[in-house]
Amino acid sequence: MEIKMKKKNSIMRSIAAAPHIFWAILFIVLPLIIVLYYAFTDSEGSFSFENIVSLGDYAPIFTLSVELSVIATFVCLIIGYPLAYIIAKAKPEKQRLYVMLLMLPMWTNLLIRTYSIMAILDDGGFLNTLLGTTMHIVGTKGAVIFGMVYDFLPYMVLPIYTCVSKIDKHMWEAASDLGCKPIQVMTRVILPLSMSGIISGVTMVLVPSISTFYISQKLGGGTFELIGDTIERQFVTGALNTGAAISLVMMVLIIISLTIMNRFSDEEGGIIV
Amino acid sequence: MKIASKIYLFLIFGILYIPILTLIFFSFNSSNSTAVFTGFSFRWYVELFNSPETFVALRNTLILAVLSALISTVIGTAAAEGIYRMRSKLLQTAINSVTNIPMMNPDIVTGMSMMLFFVALAGILGITYEDMGFTAMLISHVTFCLPYVILSVLPRINELGDSLSEAALDLGCTPLQAFFKVKLPNIMPGVLSGMVMAFTMSLDDFVISYFVGSSNFQTLPLLIYSMTKKKVTPDMYALSTLIVIVIFVMLLISNFKSGKKVEKKRKAGGVK
Repeated sequence: MEIKMKKKNSIMRSIAAAPHIFWAILFIVLPLIIVLYYAFTDSEGSFSFENIVSLGDYAPIFTLSVELSVIATFVCLIIGYPLAYIIAKAKPEKQRLYVMLLMLPMWTNLLIRTYSIMAILDDGGFLNTLLGTTMHIVGTKGAVIFGMVYDFLPYMVLPIYTCVSKIDKHMWEAASDLGCKPIQVMTRVILPLSMSGIISGVTMVLVPSISTFYISQKLGGGTFELIGDTIERQFVTGALNTGAAISLVMMVLIIISLTIMNRFSDEEGGIIV
Repeated sequence: MKIASKIYLFLIFGILYIPILTLIFFSFNSSNSTAVFTGFSFRWYVELFNSPETFVALRNTLILAVLSALISTVIGTAAAEGIYRMRSKLLQTAINSVTNIPMMNPDIVTGMSMMLFFVALAGILGITYEDMGFTAMLISHVTFCLPYVILSVLPRINELGDSLSEAALDLGCTPLQAFFKVKLPNIMPGVLSGMVMAFTMSLDDFVISYFVGSSNFQTLPLLIYSMTKKKVTPDMYALSTLIVIVIFVMLLISNFKSGKKVEKKRKAGGVK
């Protein structure tokens, strides 16, 4: 009797989560199951592996997307880490100003930002007019990478900044007192301690870069296609089964890489402790 | 070293801001070129304000953002409280992982899955996809806003602990009263920041809206997208300039407020 009471009580305790659980099952889990269904059926609705098998044709597009987004993420990290570090070491009033300067582009719609770079870099654009040159930039891989870096840099800087600014100031002193050279302080103390910021920064840049279609549409000048473009094209042309199959593969790829990255960051944390 | 970091900051912020400033600059161009400045004019702003499309899109965007922020805040706050009170750690982890899916997944996958879901739903209900226009959009926006609300409320609830609510219960509050009169005021900052986050996420979303939306419900990001599909017209620049200015003012206000807070704390000796 008492056990029964307790059980009922335990369900009652968390009844507040019920609407959310209902919502999540209906609008998160079920749509993903439908993606699975579409990926493994043909347009008539009968079971087939055809979509998954035909994904082999898209292998070059997958490779290109991974290549460009990994390069963009790496560039963001190289540029973003020093920036985050400098901001974290600035005076508090200055820090707030810099963070605000980072937030403004971040809050401005991605379409606007991407379009504004395109207008500058385009063949008849502002840059060429200004310099009187005829550089061909839009339509190159470089332009797409630049667009990704430009659009997603704040997503790299902010988490690293948060992480670095939380590191106890005495860490620097302790490390140098114990005989670390400034570079060693950086590589042995600060960098490992900011690993969680780096991991979340990398995630926040990599995921939108690998799945973008607007940046490649505008800055790729229609010369090449990324996974995002392929999915979008399937969506526009109504080839939903192939689109679902590509989405499914992309999701699996991202889940795998996120899991690996999290594992990596946990191990790093383990070593420090 | 100091000078080097200043130059670095200047350089990066310069690159971040040049495109936005160029865009603002050319929104005042008298011709429709976005490369050659021919003279100052408000022509594109006038054209923008004369198009009913802009206002419909603005109205739709705001209605959608306000409703998704409100709904996701109510469901999310209740969910955070429920998750906190759950005894089973396993269940907690499971719910959190499912909730975070829309946050971890690329928007394009979330958009695709939502769209397929509504296609199937329309089939079952025997209505056309367009009939669901607004509802489909609202449901999708609430879904991707929920993790942000829960993420900002849950830590507050964890921090607060049980003692206050238990005291309230001992003093004769019903569980509901204890929540609304004691707990909610204490976790309010988290609830509000979750709501603001949900509002901005909804306001800013393009990809999911693009996949889920239908032609009869246009939002500002969708309008901008259709503008950039056409040949370059600076009315999109004018619209973007206005958006940037609104964001700038909002940031200034929030920065000013948080600055005041820090100042107060400092005066009270709360901050080192």
